[in-house]
Amino acid sequence: MEAFFEWFKWLYDDTGINLPFMYDSYDRGRMINGFFMTIKLSVLCLIFSIIIGMIGAWLQASPLKWTRRFVGGYIQLFRNTPPLVQLYFFYFAIGTMLPKVASDYGGEQPMLGGFAWAVISLSFFAGAFNVEIFRSGIEAVPNSTIEAAKALGFSRLQIYKDITLPLAFRVVLPALANNLVNLVKTTTLAYAIAVPEMLYEANQIWSDNVNVTEMMIFMLLAYFLLVGVLVWAMNRWERSLKIPGYGA
Amino acid sequence: MKKLLKGSIAAVVFGALAMTSMAVQADVIDDIKKRGVLKVGVKADYKPYGFRDPSGKIVGIEPELAQDVAKKLGVKVEFIPVVSSNRMQFLQQGKVDLMIATMTDKPARRKVVSIVDPNYYSSGTNILAPKKFGFKKWEDLRGKPVCGIQGAFYNKKTGKEFGAKIVAFKGTAEVYAALKAGNCVAFVYDDSSHVAKTKSKEWADYEMPLPTIDDAPWGLAVKLGETKFHEMMSGMIKDWHKSGRILALETKWGVENTPFAKAMNAKYK
Repeated sequence: MEAFFEWFKWLYDDTGINLPFMYDSYDRGRMINGFFMTIKLSVLCLIFSIIIGMIGAWLQASPLKWTRRFVGGYIQLFRNTPPLVQLYFFYFAIGTMLPKVASDYGGEQPMLGGFAWAVISLSFFAGAFNVEIFRSGIEAVPNSTIEAAKALGFSRLQIYKDITLPLAFRVVLPALANNLVNLVKTTTLAYAIAVPEMLYEANQIWSDNVNVTEMMIFMLLAYFLLVGVLVWAMNRWERSLKIPGYGA
Repeated sequence: MKKLLKGSIAAVVFGALAMTSMAVQADVIDDIKKRGVLKVGVKADYKPYGFRDPSGKIVGIEPELAQDVAKKLGVKVEFIPVVSSNRMQFLQQGKVDLMIATMTDKPARRKVVSIVDPNYYSSGTNILAPKKFGFKKWEDLRGKPVCGIQGAFYNKKTGKEFGAKIVAFKGTAEVYAALKAGNCVAFVYDDSSHVAKTKSKEWADYEMPLPTIDDAPWGLAVKLGETKFHEMMSGMIKDWHKSGRILALETKWGVENTPFAKAMNAKYK
């Protein structure tokens, strides 16, 4: 393994192509941590944003006027503001207003750190879009199906969970995949509030080594592969959920 | 799958081609004179070396030095605010003609931009921390979150050798907000900036407690290959040291005269 890493040192000396995250163990550690941080952030945001989307779409069809208005307001607020502004807002505005907790070293620190705020903010951001995406799917479920379920004595929650949502899911998958791809790419914004994800670490490495071109090419490839995996998984999921005769 | 693979290869090749920049070599002094404007990359968040006054204008020690250069060339000056992580790229891409942006002179940087000798200034690294923590040595920072600026070279050292967890932001404004909010216990940055900060009333509970490390010279830079401009700047820096211009600017902007500036003044006098 060591010889493999040494080869990149030689590559730098010989050709000027500088990939310090291969031969410098500290930079390598940073890059690996950044990679896993990006994955952790992406996966958590994906899960929460889908949950928010499903619950939001259900509440949106609620018979209560104020519940519908609340969901509508949430969508407007999060869909109509840039995610970077939201991150800054949560971290610097809301974060400093919350009560502080004692830290391990005798000081006081805010209750939630950069990572927690990034997960909250990006989940709500993508969740707002997911609510609308799920609504489109729910509205595509034929009314007669729902009436049939009502006639069989299903409750409103049962109809949503067992009949509307599974059918809607198949309709919304392409749009959902689109939004989730966007979400993974948006996690790069978390570096503005010092979440050490992949772009943040790459930025520090290219500043230390002045190898901007190499790092940019590497970042492009890394995200290309990462999002490629997600797209591939979503496509497989779509295929496995397919019901013959339903939809296109 | 095959189609996808082909598509990805095409995308990568296209990307690589787009990144290959075409360097055009012409004498930049002629360009500046023709244009009538000298574009200088300076800091806009680094009091008192380059910052915005209440009216939004960029002022400070480095902008004044830039003004001297413009005066000598007989042109107007335009300040372009840069940050640590993009300043060398601004110069490489020709967005600025000259960069005076508190940049530490490093061998790796000399490969990318043309840093002018002699150095015009110098500073070391220290932390700004609340007095209540009572930090005494750099090792006290181990395992604690320490704020920094994205792209500063001492982030690596503070993290690697002293074990601090670096929390780096884009600009100093974010760092000061985070430091006050308690997101980090200290701010690792140039000592020259901390000296000015601890003097202000708002930061009276903060101190610069550690021994300064890495005292290193700052370099102003021109684009690689601009030999004529490089030589002219070299002469200007010598004049600044000789005439005591740097010392006078320090006094004007409320910085105690640094040992480096005094030594250079003595050397060239």
